[in-house]
Formats: sequence, structure tokens, C-alpha cells
Amino acid sequence: MSQQKKIIAVVAAGIALLVLPLLLQTVGNAWVRIADVALLYVLLSLGLNIVVGYAGLLDLGYVAFFAIGAYMYGLLSSPQLTESFPAIAAMFPDGLHAPLWVIIPAGAGMAGLFGVLLGAPTLRLRGDYLAIVTLGFGEIIRVFLNNLDAPINITNGPKGISSIDSLHFFGLDLGHKNTFLGLEFQSVSLYYYLFLALVLISIVICHRLELSRVGRAWMAIREDEIAAKAMGINTRNMKLLAFGMGATFGGVSGVMFGAFQGFISPESFTLMESVMLVAMVVLGGVGHLPGVILGAVLLSALPEVLRFVAGPLQSLTGGRLDASILRQLLIALAMITIMLMRPRGLWPSPEHGKSLQSAKS
Amino acid sequence: MDILLQQIINGLVLGSMYALIALGYTMVYGIINLINFAHGEVMMVGALTSWTIIGWMQSAMPGTPGPVILFIALIIACVVAASLNFVIEKVAYRPLRNSPKLAPLITAIGMSILLQTLAMIIWKPNYKSYPTLLPSTPFEIGGAVITPTQVMILGVTAASLALLMWVVNYTKLGRAMRATAENPRVAGLMGVKPDMVISATFIIGAILAAIAGVMYASNYGTAQHAMGFLPGLKAFTAAVFGGIGNLAGAVVGAILLGLIESIGAGYIGDLTGGVLGSNYSDIFAFIVLIVVLTLRPSGLLGERVADRA
Repeated sequence: MSQQKKIIAVVAAGIALLVLPLLLQTVGNAWVRIADVALLYVLLSLGLNIVVGYAGLLDLGYVAFFAIGAYMYGLLSSPQLTESFPAIAAMFPDGLHAPLWVIIPAGAGMAGLFGVLLGAPTLRLRGDYLAIVTLGFGEIIRVFLNNLDAPINITNGPKGISSIDSLHFFGLDLGHKNTFLGLEFQSVSLYYYLFLALVLISIVICHRLELSRVGRAWMAIREDEIAAKAMGINTRNMKLLAFGMGATFGGVSGVMFGAFQGFISPESFTLMESVMLVAMVVLGGVGHLPGVILGAVLLSALPEVLRFVAGPLQSLTGGRLDASILRQLLIALAMITIMLMRPRGLWPSPEHGKSLQSAKS
Repeated sequence: MDILLQQIINGLVLGSMYALIALGYTMVYGIINLINFAHGEVMMVGALTSWTIIGWMQSAMPGTPGPVILFIALIIACVVAASLNFVIEKVAYRPLRNSPKLAPLITAIGMSILLQTLAMIIWKPNYKSYPTLLPSTPFEIGGAVITPTQVMILGVTAASLALLMWVVNYTKLGRAMRATAENPRVAGLMGVKPDMVISATFIIGAILAAIAGVMYASNYGTAQHAMGFLPGLKAFTAAVFGGIGNLAGAVVGAILLGLIESIGAGYIGDLTGGVLGSNYSDIFAFIVLIVVLTLRPSGLLGERVADRA
């Protein structure tokens, strides 16, 4: 009986998720964009959850991996490199348009590599020291992206990379309107389905990881590293693996972000972004997949929706509270009140696994 | 040679401002193991409060000498920042003292965003020019120059540090603070009231941050709602650099960080043949930090603690 109910609920949720963009695109593409961005954040939060939630390593520079993925795509499918390097232009006479099958593994691999590179020297550090080092790493990457336009123009500096190709695979170009079975799909809706598919795949991966030997090893490290070591877990390799896996997720999300926006600049990869990601994971319920997804959707979509609603309020207050200020105010208040009322997150994992909470007693 | 001397002076001034902020981070961390993300914003509130007071006094009481105005503004800024930090701790951190460790971190981040937004509403988001209240003719030492404002910063920092060291090492409150940092439960059994000690710590930290804010604004001649972020980040880096929780470590870390930044910014262009310019100065701090922490995982002066966060 309850099994049956569960199946019905899952099917209903699935249909709702599939129909959502079709409904939203009739109201306006801006609303579908909100859903797209929310899904991207879900993807990022799932990746960060591996590092923070499972392995218990506080990472405040996660956005760096996102940036690496995005720049990977940006550089490999825009005129940026061919313009600054005649040699590359000569190699690819009709421009650099790397196919998706190259870029996704490249972005994921590069980000994963950087994750391990960052992890290797820092794994001896205790919690808060690790937080500041990862934070520093994020800033280092951003400063480099910002300044690598001289002496050789690689990243185009603060101006960012523009005219990036949209995603295209199997002859399908996500940058245009497409029609299937008599239904018209806007470009944003196509991205929605792509992101949704990626999110689903990630959820499956994360869920399997959580139940696997590796996942159990991570959680053991999170609870008590010395005890985990005593139990024969190779803590160094496991932590490196967590960093690498988390970074890979970040890299893939970055590739998607670059394709979706068509424009990237270091502006999008600030420390505030990393901090918001940690907030999403913790607010929802650290280490618990439904919680993490809830947190990501809440913190990314709600403020955007509020921005649309804020117009009337702004005219009410004579323009003193403009939409972006109001949005920030609400995010801040939400973060404080939710944590005060539910310190373990909105949808925490069931009691058996204690997370970072009991760390200090 | 005089360029080096000049960069050393600038570095010391920068470092001493970092030190004032870093002490607030490190004291709070030492006692409740929390990275107080809102600390940079307390500094910003101190600076903007003093800006308001100065503007008001200049128009209401023209003819008051500059140093007097600055002093009064500094005192009021300290009071405002201290009450603010006291309230923040009570509202946002105290209820979470026995919660998962990440929870107060998130409220701290929330507080930081909240304070910045409120400051943006109260003071408007534009850059305000911060008046120069001390004479502006610089002194010359061996080819390098130092402004009276910078002399004041060094003097005020030294005085504040001396006072803090006295409070921590020779007063009853200081002993209680050290005891609570060592072990809150046992300190409680010995008759120390941990809540009171924690409040006192936040108040002292806020006073130091407000002083730093006023100094920072007078040194750069500008104040704005986002001014607390970068110095706050650097100061936190400095605190970790020196070994977080260790007061002397925070000061040493901050001064070193200031020196590294300013000397590095002055010379990196020459060293790398112009490939890397001073626009990379913001990341020296982090690169040095990563190298130091790799070699000494608990900071320069940090004691080795068991491997439990």
C-alpha cells in the first residue's frame, strides 16, 4: 500500500517536473531561466555535498571548480583563443568549436585535477584551517582569471569571454527553438531538460556513493578521523577522492553554465558564490540529498521570484528598497532565522549519522 | 633603498590595521571555535558611524580642532560597534552554541550579508570621502615619507595592543577569558560565567574592530558599506597564519601579512620582468598562507592540537 503510494508520488513529481517548463514558458522565458539556474545550483550543491556533507571537509572555495569548468567551455568553443593565438586559428580554420563529448570530460577532468592538487597539500589541516585555505584557493583562481589578459590574452580579463557557442549534440542545437511532436520548446526549456537529466544522474551517483564502501569511509572520517584511520581506512586517499569527486561535479556544472549563459566573466565566480553554496548545503540539511536539493532550490529560486514580486513593494517604499537590496535582505534574514529555528537544516538526515555537529564538545 | 623603506612603512601600517581586526577573530575563535564572518562588517559599521559623527560635528560645531573630532568620533564608533556585536552574539550565536558546528557559521554569514545590506540602506551605497582631520604634511625619514595619520595608526595600534595584553594577562576578566578558552566546562565549575566572558570577548573584539575601521577610513580617505569585506578576509587570513586562537600569533601574522603584501606589490613587477603586476597583490597573502600551512599545519605560533576539529 505505502509502496504503491510512493510510486504514485514519484510518478506525479516526475510528470510535474517534465511539464513545468512548458507551463512556465507560456508565462515568459525569464521564469524558465529561474528554473534552469536553480537546477544548476542543485548540481553544484550535490557536488559540494560530497566534500562538506559526506567527508566533512569545509570547502569555501568550491566556486573555483565551477569557474574552471566554465572557462574550459568558454575557451574551447568561442573565438577567444583563435583571436589571440594565430597558431590556433591556423589549426582550426573555421573556428574552435569543440564538441560536447570532448568538453565535458575535459572540464570535469581539469576540475578534478585541480581538486586533487588543492587537496594534496592541505589534507593535514584541521577543519577551519582547511576552510581558509580553500577560500584562498578560490580567490587565487579568480584573480588569475581576472588578470590573465596580459601579457598574453588567455582569459580576456575582467571583460570576460563572450559569444560562446550554445550546446549542440546529435544535430540538436539547444540555442534555438525546436519543435517535437507538435510541441514548441524554447531554448531555455531544452536546457531545463538537459540540466534535469544531469541532476537526476548526479542524484543517482550521490545516492550510490552514499551507500557504498567509499561513502561509508567518508562518513567515518567525518565523524572521527583517528578512529577511521584505526579501522584501516586510507584517510588521505579517501579525502583526496572526496575533493576530486566534488570538484568534478563543479567542473561539469561550470561547462553547463558557460554554455547556458553564452558569456562568462570572473564576476560570476566570487567568494560570495562559494559562501552561498555552502549556505545552500547547510541550510537544506548537510549530507542529506533531499535536504541539499531543497536548500539549493530555495536559496537560488526564491530570491529570483521575489525580484519579480518586489516591483510593487519598491514603488510602495518610494524606491528606497530596490529589488536587489530587498533580495539580499531576505536572503540574510532567511539564513539567520532558518538556522536559529532548525540548526540541523530544513530537512536533515535521520538521527543515526551525526555530522559535523558533535565535533566540538 | 628608500623604496624598500617606504614599502616597509606602508606594510607596517597595513599590518597594524589587520592586527586590530585579526585579534577580534582570534579571540572569538579561541573561546567558542567560531569563524565570526560578520567581524569585518562590525569594522565597517564603526567606520561609517564615525563618518556620520564627524560630518555632524563639523557642521554643528565648526572650529573644533580635527584631532578632537576624530577622538570623539572614535569613542562613539567603539560604543556603537560594541553594542552591535553584543547584540549579534546574543541573537545569532548564543542560541546555537550546542548545535552542529556549521550552523553558527551560516548565521554568521547571514549576519554579514544583513549588516552590509542594512548599511547600504542607512548610508546609501556610494563611496563617501572621509575627511582628513590630522595635518597632512608628511614627515620624512631617510627618504621615505609617513603621514601623521599613519603615525597615529601605528601609535593607536600599539596602545590598543598593550591595553589588550594587560587586560588578558593581568585582570580578573582576562584570567576568566583564558580559562574559558582552555575549557569552558571546567571554567564554569571554577565560578567563571562563560556567557559573560563570551559577551565581553565580543565587546572587546568589536572595540578593536571599530578602531581599525576608523583608522582604515582615515588612511584611505574613503568609506563604504562593502569596505569591511576585504580587510576582514585578510585579517582572518592573518589570524590563521599566526595560529588561530593565539593572540600574539594574530599580531605577528597580521604584521607579516601587511609587510608581505606591500613589499610584494612593490617588487613583483621587477622580479618577474613585468609579467605579474601589483594587481596580483591580493593573492600573495593566500599563496604565503597555503605554503605556511602546508609546512606548519597549525600556523606560525599555533600549538599542535590533536587531530580533531
